[in-house]
Amino acid sequence: MRIALFITCVNDLAYPQTGIAVTRILRRLGHTVEFPVAQTCCGQMHANTGYRAEAVPMVRGFADTFDGYDAVVAPSGSCTAMIRDQYPRLHPAAASVAGRTYELSELLVDVLGVTDVGAAFAQTVTYHPTCHSLRMLRLGDKPLTLLRHVRGIRLVELDDATECCGFGGTFALKNAAVSTAMLADKCARVRETGAAVLAAADNSCLAHIGGGLDRARSGVRAMHYAEILAMTGHYA
Amino acid sequence: MRHPATPAGVPSTGGGRIRAPLPFPTAARSAVADDQLRANLHRATRTIRGKRVRAVDEVPDWAALRDAGAAIKADVQRRLPELLERFEAAATAAGARVHWARDAAEACRIVVELTRAAGADEVVKVKSMATQEIELNEALAAAGIAAHETDLAELIVQLGDDTPSHILVPAIHYNRTQIRDIFRRRMADAPADLGAEPRELAEAARLHLRRRFLEAKVAVSGANFAVADTGTLVVVESEGNGRMCLTLPQTLISVVGVEKLVPSFADLEVFLQLLPRSSTGERMNPYTSMWTGVTPGDGPQDVHVVLVDNGRSAVLADPVGRSALSCIRCSACLNVCPVYGRAGGHAYGSVYPGPIGAILSPQLTGVADNASLPFASTLCGACADVCPVKIDIPEILVHLRQQAPHPVAERTAMRTLSWIMRSPRRWALALRVARRAAGPLGAWRHRRTGTRTLRRLPWPASAWTRSRDAPLPAPQTFREWWEKQ
Repeated sequence: MRIALFITCVNDLAYPQTGIAVTRILRRLGHTVEFPVAQTCCGQMHANTGYRAEAVPMVRGFADTFDGYDAVVAPSGSCTAMIRDQYPRLHPAAASVAGRTYELSELLVDVLGVTDVGAAFAQTVTYHPTCHSLRMLRLGDKPLTLLRHVRGIRLVELDDATECCGFGGTFALKNAAVSTAMLADKCARVRETGAAVLAAADNSCLAHIGGGLDRARSGVRAMHYAEILAMTGHYA
Repeated sequence: MRHPATPAGVPSTGGGRIRAPLPFPTAARSAVADDQLRANLHRATRTIRGKRVRAVDEVPDWAALRDAGAAIKADVQRRLPELLERFEAAATAAGARVHWARDAAEACRIVVELTRAAGADEVVKVKSMATQEIELNEALAAAGIAAHETDLAELIVQLGDDTPSHILVPAIHYNRTQIRDIFRRRMADAPADLGAEPRELAEAARLHLRRRFLEAKVAVSGANFAVADTGTLVVVESEGNGRMCLTLPQTLISVVGVEKLVPSFADLEVFLQLLPRSSTGERMNPYTSMWTGVTPGDGPQDVHVVLVDNGRSAVLADPVGRSALSCIRCSACLNVCPVYGRAGGHAYGSVYPGPIGAILSPQLTGVADNASLPFASTLCGACADVCPVKIDIPEILVHLRQQAPHPVAERTAMRTLSWIMRSPRRWALALRVARRAAGPLGAWRHRRTGTRTLRRLPWPASAWTRSRDAPLPAPQTFREWWEKQ
């Protein structure tokens, strides 16, 4: 099976460790991962902010870049949801590749049939299900299932987990006051868990929550769950 | 008579209290700073949310009921003109008089004239979103007619010289102490030592209203549903004040949005299950009133129905946005919305707050007149999951954002970014430039604090760093790592 990694623009620039983690997990499971360098961005920010016409060239580019692969994996619930939900309407020729694009846990659990990726991580972790992974992709507890199989991990439940963190893309800037109020509540719930690590399926939401946790010098580390799944030794 | 759903030209937009006077972010900023408001909202929405979940989870065919509700409403939207004419014929045959109002002003004028014709200088009112939408109370006051709200929460809001902040619970922004203070200050017949116990407050309101019911010659209501086949109107409520208004006065005037139609009486079976469970979290609402024209010798003998368009035909013309007209005003989307829960209803500047308001108000007025509302959402999707008629609110929000006027600076930035991102070569170059530019900054931050984040950025990025540290580009982008292996 030819698997291509769609890193997403935000991860390429600011969170390369998440892409490195996805590559390591898949290689450890015996798969070859390819990274088509012509990839750029899924176009979600443009489409969801009211610039659909400006998003369409990116949609076309995605279809051209990834069409030859059996599966495309993205370490982002939100970008995957954009591709699967909006691509068929924005550019009908992209419908086929959109149907073969998976968020990491979907690829691992549904396509490859793996729940134990052989990871070890001795930390207390709480998991925030990001909105698009929860309500658009309906990931359910797939990421949590993967995390539960990590050796040494202590998973603690997050109160009001399904409530939005307040990121919402350009919402975080356009409606900064409301976004900040939602963030404050999410950070409070995270800190109440006593976890050392907050894990989620989207680095964009994690930049927001993690940014709030850092601002408060909380000591809680925000990590994409792929990075936990990539760990094999004990986390220092 | 020609009805307004099929006008000769382009359907006109609506008026009334559906235009946000302030942009949402501005109005929300002061609401968010009000700790008491947030605490009141939090407590109330959590309680209703929990009740809804229990009432919905016990229905085994809830998914099928939602499908049915959505399908009936979609059918109504496809053949609204025909159904409206059928309603008019049936209601007229049963002794009601049907009036058509193109917009808020016309609807208010009709109600004022009918009230005057009935020789009344005051009316009692059943809780109604349509009359709030058209600002009927203000129009009546201007004509020297006093309108008395009889729903407890609407009464609180009216006595407080305030506006509703929730569709189902208009006074949700008040707690019981604040309500007691309003009653003591503004309700002439309230006991001087009135306490803040809900039972005491309700009793004071009951005694205050009883007199109004017995004296009123004219009642004004809305309707939750209007049955095309039979000409029947339906009001569902909890307190019984509606039943009093609908039966005691001689004249009954009902202001009904044209989207309230359902084809047949049997269709009510679906909605009378969906509405109370979604709205108050009850299996059944305490009072369901239905009336068909005039029943000789029983109840109001002078019965009027004012069918209001007020922008609805314009909404109907948009195949993506029109499902907003399926809304049955249950408020489930408000109660689960994290934005509504922080900002409250007044920030939306319209009688329709929350997620449904963010898609309905801009469509009724035209998006340019309510341009900030489609952006008043994180697109988290909680609203769509609870909507009993399956309105895809996030999809419509995104759809309306395409029509909203964009700030010039934002448009320039988005177009530039799109130009970069549509070319793999330009994007790779941009990544390299960004990484290099941030390099020294990142190294410096790294030494001082051990984290790779920035605490302060200049405008417009300061909107981010006001409350959050900002991530920096990594020392090595992913594609650089990939190339090196």
